[in-house]
Amino acid sequence: MSAPLLNVRDLHAWYGESHVLHGVNLTVAEGEMICILGRNGMGKTTTLRSIMGILRKRSGRIEFAGRDMTAVALHQTARAGLGFVPEERGIFASLSVEENLMLPPKVAEGGMSVEEIYDLFPNLKERRNSQGTKLSGGEQQMLAMARILRTGARCLLLDEPTEGLAPVIIQAIGEVLQKLKGRGMTVVLVEQNFRFAAKVADRFYLMDHGRMTAEFPVAELPAQMDMLHRELGV
Amino acid sequence: MTMIFGVPVQALMGQLLVGLINGSFYALLSLGLAVIFGLLRVINFAHGAQYMLGAFAALLLLTVGGINYWLALLLAPVIVGVFAALVEKTMLSRLYKLDPLYGLLFTFGLALAIEGTFRYFFGASGKPYAPPAQLTGAVNLGFMFLPIYRGWVVVASLAVCIAVWLLIEKTKLGAYLRAATENPTLVQAFGVNVPLLLTLTYALGAGLAGFAGVLAAPVYQVSPLMGSNLIIIVFAVVVVGGMGSILGAIVTGYMLGVVEGLTKVFYPEASNIVIFVIMAIVLILRPAGLFGKDA
Repeated sequence: MSAPLLNVRDLHAWYGESHVLHGVNLTVAEGEMICILGRNGMGKTTTLRSIMGILRKRSGRIEFAGRDMTAVALHQTARAGLGFVPEERGIFASLSVEENLMLPPKVAEGGMSVEEIYDLFPNLKERRNSQGTKLSGGEQQMLAMARILRTGARCLLLDEPTEGLAPVIIQAIGEVLQKLKGRGMTVVLVEQNFRFAAKVADRFYLMDHGRMTAEFPVAELPAQMDMLHRELGV
Repeated sequence: MTMIFGVPVQALMGQLLVGLINGSFYALLSLGLAVIFGLLRVINFAHGAQYMLGAFAALLLLTVGGINYWLALLLAPVIVGVFAALVEKTMLSRLYKLDPLYGLLFTFGLALAIEGTFRYFFGASGKPYAPPAQLTGAVNLGFMFLPIYRGWVVVASLAVCIAVWLLIEKTKLGAYLRAATENPTLVQAFGVNVPLLLTLTYALGAGLAGFAGVLAAPVYQVSPLMGSNLIIIVFAVVVVGGMGSILGAIVTGYMLGVVEGLTKVFYPEASNIVIFVIMAIVLILRPAGLFGKDA
């Protein structure tokens, strides 16, 4: 196996005094889509926020495309090719849909053009002059993903994209992820919904109390079902 | 003599004009305060001092450098803006992580230091600054004489307010600014240099105060304390308009200037306090301000 695009070693992170990540190890190959499963409060979101550099109180090694990211300023992280779609989506109320879409600066060539994005998300085109937060939850999720796709980011950190959305929207998001995979996009997906994740992810990590406790490829998912049901309490 | 509501038209129009001129300064200054507060969450008590710096910059450019009013109108705001950028970069930016009170105390102290320094070197009395030759004299509007310079103040401040509003509402830089006002961390995670944006915003707000100072130099006199007298009213304007609301700051600035002018005609005794009475009423009925979003 060639060197992974994203390589996280012994990552610890703190919120104030509270130690929340206890040595996370994670590798993602170029073009791979991995999914981090786990119950609420186990550190999934914190892992993404630490990789992105939003959470600065951390130690360990975060290597992206061969470069150590722990010393990189927050506004330089995106420039290195990491794109972040937060759980709360982060659509700006004082910006129109189109302004939201155009907000993140381009970081590399090879991002989707605005036309391609509007082909992929026709709703956004229709509503491009609306206030960003007037969109439905599903449309806001589409917008949050679309604006990162424009930038040319190589690796997408995607935090619970299906949370609180209707099944038909979840299916649409699944189709978008399939298309991204077809384009060779690398994705780190955080999900609670492993039925959804099973359709798109290549490999799974299970997270518990700030550590990765299991790792298996999608082919082993059926064999892991009992364990997942037990661990996730679903 | 023509009368309206028992008041001579000349007196009414005269005070309306005075109100509009005061309103022009209120609007420019509260706009700068609103821009700074919106993004930096700093209540910039140095705003009056920055306004004074603009006026002194124009005066010194003229007396020392022989640089005329029109160039000073461009240069003085840049000088004040650069000074503000240095202050932000070296001092103010260290306080963002602390309680907002620290920013307020720091800028308050900065204002005292700047004003004290200017008083030491220039004394407390005002120095005249002649309006440019092109803008001296007055025109007869039929119902009153309009001093040309005063008309210019209203036009220039309105133009700058509209330009700043367009910059914030219609440009990419403005979109960064609006987005960073809502969620600076996420905007920075998108690759925008938010610390630089903060510096530029503080410089813009201070530059607006400097511009107002140059405009004010020929109307009032140039004195070290010219800003501290004005800034209290401007804070009331910002509170009435709604902290952080750009449009609110502009509209409320002109509106309260005019209200103050009209009060001088109809009930002069109240003219010094009318803005504060309005502020109290607004705070009771609509604490977020007339244009503020409920936080």
